[in-house]
Amino acid sequence: MARYHLQTPFSEEAIRQLRVGDIVHFDGTLFGIRDLTQIYMFDQHHEPPVSLKGMPCIHTAPSLKKVDGKWVPICVGTTTSYRMERFTPPLIENYGVRAIIGKGGLYEQSLEAMKKCGAVYLAIVGGAASLETQQIVEVEQVYWEHLHPEALYQFRVKDFGPLTVAMDSHGNNLYSEVKAKVMARLPKIYQKLGVA
Amino acid sequence: MESFDYKIVEEAAKQLYIRALCDLPPDVREAIKKAAARETQPTAKEIFKAMLAAIDIADEKKTLICQDTGLPLYMLKIGSRFHWDGAEIKDRIHEGAKRATLEFPFRSSATDFLTRVNSQTSVGRGLPVLYVDFLKDADYLEMLMIPKGSGSENMSTLKMFIPADGINALKKFVLDSVIAAGANPCPPGIIGVGMGGTADLVMRLAKEAIARPVGQRNPDPEIAKMEQDLEDAINATGSGPMGLGGDVSTLAVHIETAHTHITQNPVAVNTQCWPARRARARIYPDGRVEYGY
Repeated sequence: MARYHLQTPFSEEAIRQLRVGDIVHFDGTLFGIRDLTQIYMFDQHHEPPVSLKGMPCIHTAPSLKKVDGKWVPICVGTTTSYRMERFTPPLIENYGVRAIIGKGGLYEQSLEAMKKCGAVYLAIVGGAASLETQQIVEVEQVYWEHLHPEALYQFRVKDFGPLTVAMDSHGNNLYSEVKAKVMARLPKIYQKLGVA
Repeated sequence: MESFDYKIVEEAAKQLYIRALCDLPPDVREAIKKAAARETQPTAKEIFKAMLAAIDIADEKKTLICQDTGLPLYMLKIGSRFHWDGAEIKDRIHEGAKRATLEFPFRSSATDFLTRVNSQTSVGRGLPVLYVDFLKDADYLEMLMIPKGSGSENMSTLKMFIPADGINALKKFVLDSVIAAGANPCPPGIIGVGMGGTADLVMRLAKEAIARPVGQRNPDPEIAKMEQDLEDAINATGSGPMGLGGDVSTLAVHIETAHTHITQNPVAVNTQCWPARRARARIYPDGRVEYGY
């Protein structure tokens, strides 16, 4: 388990050095997206008004409030990623996103895109939104405001993490590795539970 | 008939939603601390550290632990020694949950299932969910509030087994459901299990099971043993916190049971995520409100 402290935008080299199980923190820009943001982008064909190249995207639906015309965070947390699988390969391949941050992981096609383009999936600690919110320095921009709380958010973050590299750019998937170990242990567990 | 100001119920319903979201019960905190202490895997230890930090920050800043404010569930126990107006209680809880959302303010998750339009109030058709029960020798109204997040709720399972399948089929189903849910329900949480009853009752039992303080065993020793056995089995999988590998995959397994039909043996699993949120209030006829967990 290596530890990294990165700065956005991420270079391909910075991302390729990461291996599953490593712990990452980073400073810089973070984009918030989720179901509707990506349906709007990919199914309804809206080009993002900002470049996502080299950037991390987090699966979120933030609680924000507007104070004197400026968005401020109330609570920003992370949602379950599997619902975003269909959108992830084009997000990486067409827009150059280098890191997807979420919880629960993604599937094979996302892993392929990560391998091909040099991107990673970073697992955040789900449920720990109070910690995550504290690491957000500023809500810099909310694009597609009419989609809020599923708009496109641009946050500035400091020491964002801890994030576990759960899918790396070399075809490794920590969720699959853990699952394989669970399945290997299962016959013994069934036996002990008396349900074999 | 004494007059009771139902504004008190509304205010308590509002406070309970906010309290549940911001202040984890002591038994949950203790369980996470213990889990963190017995965890040996480095990445899993890191994850537990972040969980404990999130609890502290929420305390310090009086803010939400998790952004998923969930769908509101209120479990009511109505004391029979006072004439409580049930319809009024229902309306006031609806109003209280709505006010919590708008006045805190926090994100509403309540959405029309067809149009997908968010009500922006956490309430709507059929919401909040109310469970109603009665207390024979009490005059108070007890409300236990649970905000149910979707990461865990989306992993719910139910199966109608038949007597020929035997009790082992139910146990295996619970373990298999937890393994299939994997990282999604923000483990290590409470695995709520219902056994027996009907299709609707068995899921309600599973929900009541997650409402129990962590590790409080079912009073029936045979069921308590099943809870312990399933807990050991789930932790032996090595799935770990957030499904990323580790020694602790659940904080507790709780089972609630009911009689069932001679042809049936239903089982349901309803998981609560590691921030196992709940808040309780007792409201007395003289207007006093006692808050707890």
